[in-house]
Amino acid sequence: MSTTLDIAMTVNGERIARRVEARQHLIDFLRLDLGLMGSHAGCEHGLCGACTVRVDGRIVRGCLVLAAALDGATVETIEGVSDTGEIRDLQNAFIARNACQCGYCTPGMLLTAADLLASKAEPTREEIREHLSGNYCRCTGYHAIVDAVEAVARQRNGKAQP
Amino acid sequence: MKAPPFAYLRATSLDDAFRLWSAAGPEAKLLAGGQSLIATLAFRLSEPSALIDISRVPELGGITEAGGAIRIGALVTHAQLGASELVRRHVPLLAEAVPLIAHAAVRNRGTFGGSLAFADPAAELPACCVALDATVIARTRSGERRIPAAQFFTGLYTTALAADELIAAVELPQARPGERSTIIELARRSGDYAMAGIAVRAKIAGSTLVEPNVVFFGVGDRPISAGRAASALAGKPAAPATVAEAQAALGGDLDPPADQHGTPEMKLHLARVLLARALDRLIGHAGARAA
Amino acid sequence: MNEIIDPRSIDRPNSYIGKSVPRPNAKKLVEGRGQYVDDVVLPRMVHVAFVRSPHAHARIANIDAAAALKLPGVLRVFTGQDLAEHCEPWVAVLAHLKGMKSAPQHPLPPERATWVGEAVAAVVAESRAAAEDAVAKVDIAYEPLPAAVDMETALAPGAAVIHADLGDNLCFERVNESGKVDEAFAAAHRIVEATFHTARHTGLTLEPRSILADYNRASGKLTAYHSTQAPHMMQGVFAKHMGLPEGDVRVICTDVGGSYGIKVHVYPDEVAVAVIARIMGRPVKFIADRLESFATDIHARDHRIKGRMAVDAEGRITAVDVDDLTGIGPYSVYPRTSAVEGNQVVNLIGGPYDFANFRAKTTVVFQNKTPTCQYRAVGHPIATAVTEGLVDLAAEVLGLDPVEIRRRNLMRDGTYPRTSPAGMKFEGLSHEASLAKLLAMIDYPALRAEQARLRANDIHRGIGFASFIELTNPSPFMYGVGGARISAQDGCTVRIDPDGSVVAATGVTEQGQGTEAIIRQIVAEGVGVPIEQVRVITGDTLTTPYGGGTWACRGAGIGGEAALQAGIAVKQAVLKVAGAMLQASSDALDLVNGEIVDKASGQSRMPLVELSRIVYFRGDTLPPDLPRELMQTRHFITKQYPFAFTNGVQACWLEVDVDTGMVKLLKHWCVEDCGRVINPLLVDEQVRGGIVQGIGGALYEHCLYSPEGQLMIGSMADYLVPMAAEMPDIEVGHVETPTKESLLGAKGAGEAGTAGAPAAIMNAINDALKPFNAKVFAQPFTPERILAALGKVPSRWPVASSVALPLRTADASAAPALVTAPKAAAGTVREPGLFGRMFGRSRA
Repeated sequence: MSTTLDIAMTVNGERIARRVEARQHLIDFLRLDLGLMGSHAGCEHGLCGACTVRVDGRIVRGCLVLAAALDGATVETIEGVSDTGEIRDLQNAFIARNACQCGYCTPGMLLTAADLLASKAEPTREEIREHLSGNYCRCTGYHAIVDAVEAVARQRNGKAQP
Repeated sequence: MKAPPFAYLRATSLDDAFRLWSAAGPEAKLLAGGQSLIATLAFRLSEPSALIDISRVPELGGITEAGGAIRIGALVTHAQLGASELVRRHVPLLAEAVPLIAHAAVRNRGTFGGSLAFADPAAELPACCVALDATVIARTRSGERRIPAAQFFTGLYTTALAADELIAAVELPQARPGERSTIIELARRSGDYAMAGIAVRAKIAGSTLVEPNVVFFGVGDRPISAGRAASALAGKPAAPATVAEAQAALGGDLDPPADQHGTPEMKLHLARVLLARALDRLIGHAGARAA
Repeated sequence: MNEIIDPRSIDRPNSYIGKSVPRPNAKKLVEGRGQYVDDVVLPRMVHVAFVRSPHAHARIANIDAAAALKLPGVLRVFTGQDLAEHCEPWVAVLAHLKGMKSAPQHPLPPERATWVGEAVAAVVAESRAAAEDAVAKVDIAYEPLPAAVDMETALAPGAAVIHADLGDNLCFERVNESGKVDEAFAAAHRIVEATFHTARHTGLTLEPRSILADYNRASGKLTAYHSTQAPHMMQGVFAKHMGLPEGDVRVICTDVGGSYGIKVHVYPDEVAVAVIARIMGRPVKFIADRLESFATDIHARDHRIKGRMAVDAEGRITAVDVDDLTGIGPYSVYPRTSAVEGNQVVNLIGGPYDFANFRAKTTVVFQNKTPTCQYRAVGHPIATAVTEGLVDLAAEVLGLDPVEIRRRNLMRDGTYPRTSPAGMKFEGLSHEASLAKLLAMIDYPALRAEQARLRANDIHRGIGFASFIELTNPSPFMYGVGGARISAQDGCTVRIDPDGSVVAATGVTEQGQGTEAIIRQIVAEGVGVPIEQVRVITGDTLTTPYGGGTWACRGAGIGGEAALQAGIAVKQAVLKVAGAMLQASSDALDLVNGEIVDKASGQSRMPLVELSRIVYFRGDTLPPDLPRELMQTRHFITKQYPFAFTNGVQACWLEVDVDTGMVKLLKHWCVEDCGRVINPLLVDEQVRGGIVQGIGGALYEHCLYSPEGQLMIGSMADYLVPMAAEMPDIEVGHVETPTKESLLGAKGAGEAGTAGAPAAIMNAINDALKPFNAKVFAQPFTPERILAALGKVPSRWPVASSVALPLRTADASAAPALVTAPKAAAGTVREPGLFGRMFGRSRA
């Protein structure tokens, strides 16, 4: 039995094919094989959320998914959604509200926030806190992040800032 | 924290899965959502020779209604479970449990069958299955076996599954008229494994609990059915004295181990608090309906 | 030029100090385009994984790497003895901490492992995964030795002595005393006392410790990409201990994913990486994984403090007496030392209050656990918890409201400069104004009314207060006088380029606080250019002025002042040239928003870009003797005070579920006086983030050990840090008392939140529990500890020591000794003893 295999997937809209080690998790694959350094490994056991990326449109823990298992999948990372401008408003709000300090958690936090806003147009602060609670931030104390997400929700609904 | 080297084999059908599994030998493991397995591999707690990826086996998915039961395929994710109208209508306890399981990104990949097979004693779904009198449909290459959930969990991270058996689906009886259920857990932080949790299901007649199932999690080596407490409650109006009697009876039902959250006494105390709160919820609902 | 930072000038053009300006480096971070050490990839780079001790104390009898070296991709295995000949060991003591001692420490220990997780061998391979495969195959024969684990017994007769050469396990001891303490207690109206515990916890930076060291044999130069707060200090350390000229070592600090004090220390495994790079002559990368982080990032705050306070009949504090004990692991950490935290405790206790008689003793002992050292708000959360806990106890026995007792005892505004009973020199604080502002924010009477109303429904809410002081902007009196090569001064070079843009290179560093943002604001205002024209360089020993880096809140107060002075110097240089070009007196000119203007009228005379074009390309048209130095460097060091002090007060509003022991945080407030606020947006988030780290220590975080010295944290599911769902909204207010030591007036804001939060939470919990006569003083305040205090479950911890309440007959020595660490392993539901399994691949 071989410990490597060939896979192909679509990453940030580009089709790629590589031979990978079966044991390699998605984040190492993105970082080491594709040079996409925006996704960060914070704990490598599925708890900190810094490695959050999208697979087939849904957020996942990149460290808990094997690249090998994603043959044929569509993967989107922070670099991809930045290039498309999809979460530009969230990114701008994070900057404006200083919701990003060291930046290590930020890509995962943004993708998780985008996931919330995709399913819930105007979440309460409690709902925002609950949805983000799988993503550790050690710098901000979370208040600014909640502010930023709340502001974008209102903005997307055409409401003025509070 | 890199996983040890292993081979990866992707199954395209149930037959294919069994063929690959038996060819790979006893050191191989099945990979479904991987939300527990991949983490344990990162810690090198086990070193499987191969992972057989069953996540694309079509026979193992889907939520269907058949013969008064809801059948949930092993590969149904927590997110799918939470989004299912069938589940919400007929097995509301599961729908209530889903938001308590980890966080959204994990719920998107973690599977129902995987949670049962991993058998973490503090996990929600195993306890719900016991409380709901679920039946685990186990498959081998040659046949199928139906295992009542109460007999499925045999100890710490261990189940009744044989070495060549996998979970194909779980069958859950539909909620009967007048039946209510609830799940409550005490976790230090949202999404954490519970310090203690309870899943209760009963028929409510006025303020009387009929045939209650009281199951605790996070207080033993597996989901624990509190038979003595249930007997103390069954057929009686849930008056404070009855609740107190049931709480006292928990001393005979539970023998919790100590963990980082507390002593056995602490866990037993929490279980008693949870029992009262769960009954409050059930009877409160019933009361509201009666009004 | 003082008008530059006059707050009244805030709304004039080109004024940035005091404004909420977003961070220039945030955009790359939100797009995932930052560059952390692990993002740097060099040709021929190899990876290190360490074999780590599964024993708290053991002799390393033999290391057999044969099987490991046979694995594919594995290049080398290094032992402590292999590296010892390439690196001088260090001894972390400071001369001014009298009597302090520690043992020589090597990159890898040549003889003995002294804590679980200590690196004992290094595997180098082509990938981290291959290196980890080989770690499992390195066969180490250990001979276990008796361990000293519990700090309470580390000095007892018969205790295992960790370093025989030191004679015992005592690292440092100090008594700080003034006034007549015993007489004051003898004359007291009431005495309160309690025993406090602060839990050993750690900083948990989301980006783990990271280093990529590259030694180029051809040039003889070592380059280290290092996730650190102090690049120049590390340059000196690598040079000194590896025997290299300092100029041949370059430390580059790209983006840093959180530090909080964790990344300001010398870690033996990181030095090992640099030594291995030199031996192998190629780039070597080490990124700690999360388990390694738990076992080897410095821990902190492992203290037991017995405290007493005497008060008179008018509710005035008359004396404070505390006895602090702390366990620091087997070595004092280089070069700051592990005695500083205890030293801070005895300097800061009682800090906000006006009283005369003070005694504080700290005893710092070695033990076989992970080394401890300075973590955010060093010593402050401990000192504040003890002080504020005693103040609330005093209020209770006197029948005073917690606010009232603080009003009676806080140092009066307007009575500065003054010296505290602990000997701290305060230039100017604002305790009374801060408390007044806080009370205006919280609507105290409404909270008390709500509390009373809900108590009737068996809902138990509490409000807790904590006044605090925070030590910032350290002078050489902190480390330099003790012999440590830790720079208290910092420098900034500001230059104008031909296109009129400005580049500022600073010795202070960025780890997310916003250092680059404030330096940019300050330089833009100092020079007089639009902020968009300013670029900031940090974190490179080759290109920035020598400095200490960012710690102890010195980025703004020290680095910021150097930047302001350098900016002003450049402006003056510009105006000198402009005067010559415009045939005007340079005093009559100003540089505003990138334009040379007539100072009196504000009328534009010439764009800066035109002046810089002339200077750089047509210098021939200027008078030959005219200085045209459009690049200036200034250094700054505080001179009058050993430290600046900030102050403030926090309040916490929470609910305790008295059946489950769970605490729900409802709201938190902080008023902080950090001197001049340079950027309110950044300061508020520093305060909030600091508070949440304080909350972590108060409610969640605990590095649990077994009695044998096994670290019981197996994963991030065992070590709980605050997450979004449980955290409250946090309101921040400011009082500004600028320091007069600098033109800028900034004192620093990074640690105040952490300093006060645990005390406010403790007092709020005890306020909520008042109807039950239950109290907690041992952090973290877990459900179990709260239920134990309520008498609902048995205690595994010394909660009994917390109930030594009011009268003078109470005897501190009667408090039960610290019970051994909870036996989390025994029959645990979760995966037990992960560390032993992870590290325990030995024959022992």
